[in-house]
Amino acid sequence: MNLDLLTVDSARAAVLERETTATALVDDFYQKIEAEDGAVGAYLTLSKDRAYRQAARIDALADKGDDLPPLAGVPVAIKDVFTTKDVRTTAGSKTLADFIAPYDATVVSRLEDAGAIILGKTNCDEFAMGSSNENSGFHPVHNPRDRSRVPGGSSGGSAATIAAGTAVASLGSDTGGSIRQPAAFCGVVGLMPTYGRVSRYGLIAFASSLDHPGPFGKSVKDAALMLQAIAGRDPLDSTTADVPVPNYREQIGQPVTGMKIGVPLEYFGEGIDLEVSTAVQFGIEELRKAGADIVPISLPHTPYAIPTYYVIATAEASSNLARYDGVRYGLRAREGKTLSEMYRRTRDAGFGAEVKRRIMLGTYVLSAGYYDAYYLKAQRVRSLLARDFDEAFAKVDVIVTPTTPTPAFKLGEKADDPLAMYLADIFTVTADLAGIPGISIPCGKSKEGLPIGMQILGKHFDEATVLRVAHVAEHALAAKVY
Amino acid sequence: MVSEKDVSYVADLAHLELTDEERLRMLKDLNSILGYIDRLNELDTSNVEPMAQVASRYGERKDEAGGFAFAMRSDELRPCLPREEALRNAPASDGTFFKVPKVIERQP
Repeated sequence: MNLDLLTVDSARAAVLERETTATALVDDFYQKIEAEDGAVGAYLTLSKDRAYRQAARIDALADKGDDLPPLAGVPVAIKDVFTTKDVRTTAGSKTLADFIAPYDATVVSRLEDAGAIILGKTNCDEFAMGSSNENSGFHPVHNPRDRSRVPGGSSGGSAATIAAGTAVASLGSDTGGSIRQPAAFCGVVGLMPTYGRVSRYGLIAFASSLDHPGPFGKSVKDAALMLQAIAGRDPLDSTTADVPVPNYREQIGQPVTGMKIGVPLEYFGEGIDLEVSTAVQFGIEELRKAGADIVPISLPHTPYAIPTYYVIATAEASSNLARYDGVRYGLRAREGKTLSEMYRRTRDAGFGAEVKRRIMLGTYVLSAGYYDAYYLKAQRVRSLLARDFDEAFAKVDVIVTPTTPTPAFKLGEKADDPLAMYLADIFTVTADLAGIPGISIPCGKSKEGLPIGMQILGKHFDEATVLRVAHVAEHALAAKVY
Repeated sequence: MVSEKDVSYVADLAHLELTDEERLRMLKDLNSILGYIDRLNELDTSNVEPMAQVASRYGERKDEAGGFAFAMRSDELRPCLPREEALRNAPASDGTFFKVPKVIERQP
């Protein structure tokens, strides 16, 4: 069985039709991970006990000849920011290097209820803060398409497992682009659902008003099937919305005839790599040929998205990360004599440079005298950014843009310049701030053979239309030779 | 401009100690990032409501999709983590409580 070609449906079918067993499939994947993941570094922890227990459960169902749940036997990887009961959960931080979670994140239990097999936990930027995965407290991840380059971040490990074929599908989280940007860099599909569509219960918080859990897959269909399993109201997360979840599979293969596709001029201007804009224009042309109307639009506040994001995200992070104080769980520095000395030494020892930088910036913008000038100001601009989308979506059904301004950069290239690193998210952060859904799909390659990503953004809770358009584009583009 | 004194003050608020080297680096980085953030002042936002939450823009509105109404639930007793589970990851505990270094110094 060629593991690289397995999809959600074909993995399930192989188990259902007794071509293999779930247990044998897990054996195969662990063999592949042991042989190949050393050079990529996508996994931090393998959850073997849990995986074999779940595989045995699926095999028992298959033995009885029962119909199998929708993700039965599908080997998946989970970004290490989601808690997994009795399995080490680190958030990519030394602070949580030995943390064994006492409960499952809702997305984790929903995936297992749907029959998926959790192979392990994937590497990421510490507390999901980063765009290259170089901020992992453990080791960087190498892009499987070119190991001298970053896989993107922060969900770099989860994206890399799909590109490397060491999982069939995976979960990530997107706060400023952390699903879509690594999907673009690794040449896979990454979907950020609407804020409130998927539960954050058990997602280790970075910026609570911006954190979106979502799936990676080899195809739009795989992302759709993963979303189906995790979407919907969760009583354990009061920000999940009570909005019906449609059948996403039904969208796959539907036409885009007559659909209006907005193309914002601000996303094709200065600073974008010519190869990227050319590839994405080509993708847009394919959608036009498939019957969609292309409508030029404007999102005039786009240049203010990154500064807005770095005020709001760091402010929320500084509050969320106050909990790592060495008292209830996580690292504790030994030498502190008083409580406050223990706090400071623990936090100094546990957090990496980027996390400290963001805690400092967030604390500064929330501190007395600066709250109105920075934090409140950024929240007002956030309204303007959200309004840009409201106005655009009054005219169009989806918006198509490049996912990133350049293809994957080299490891170390931006590591010393935080501002340059932040600009890697310039096309993705706005959707997080507005809470709208977005997907990145592969859209050709650069001359050097690096994947390029095309982003499709939709209206709140309209992942269905995003998936429909993405699938049409994916198939039109797959038919072309680059 | 952020000064060295500001860096010390903010580090204190954030319960970070930071080495001298880290403080210097922080001074440089915070000034560079805040300089970039200052471009927000190009926008007149005097008549714009702040947006704290995605749902806050839609919370009052019930649209055909069912709306974004803020979720409420009844206040009822539910099971919670057993004590031994809650203490399992604690760096120091006596089996009942978390243990921490001395909070109050004894008067000499």
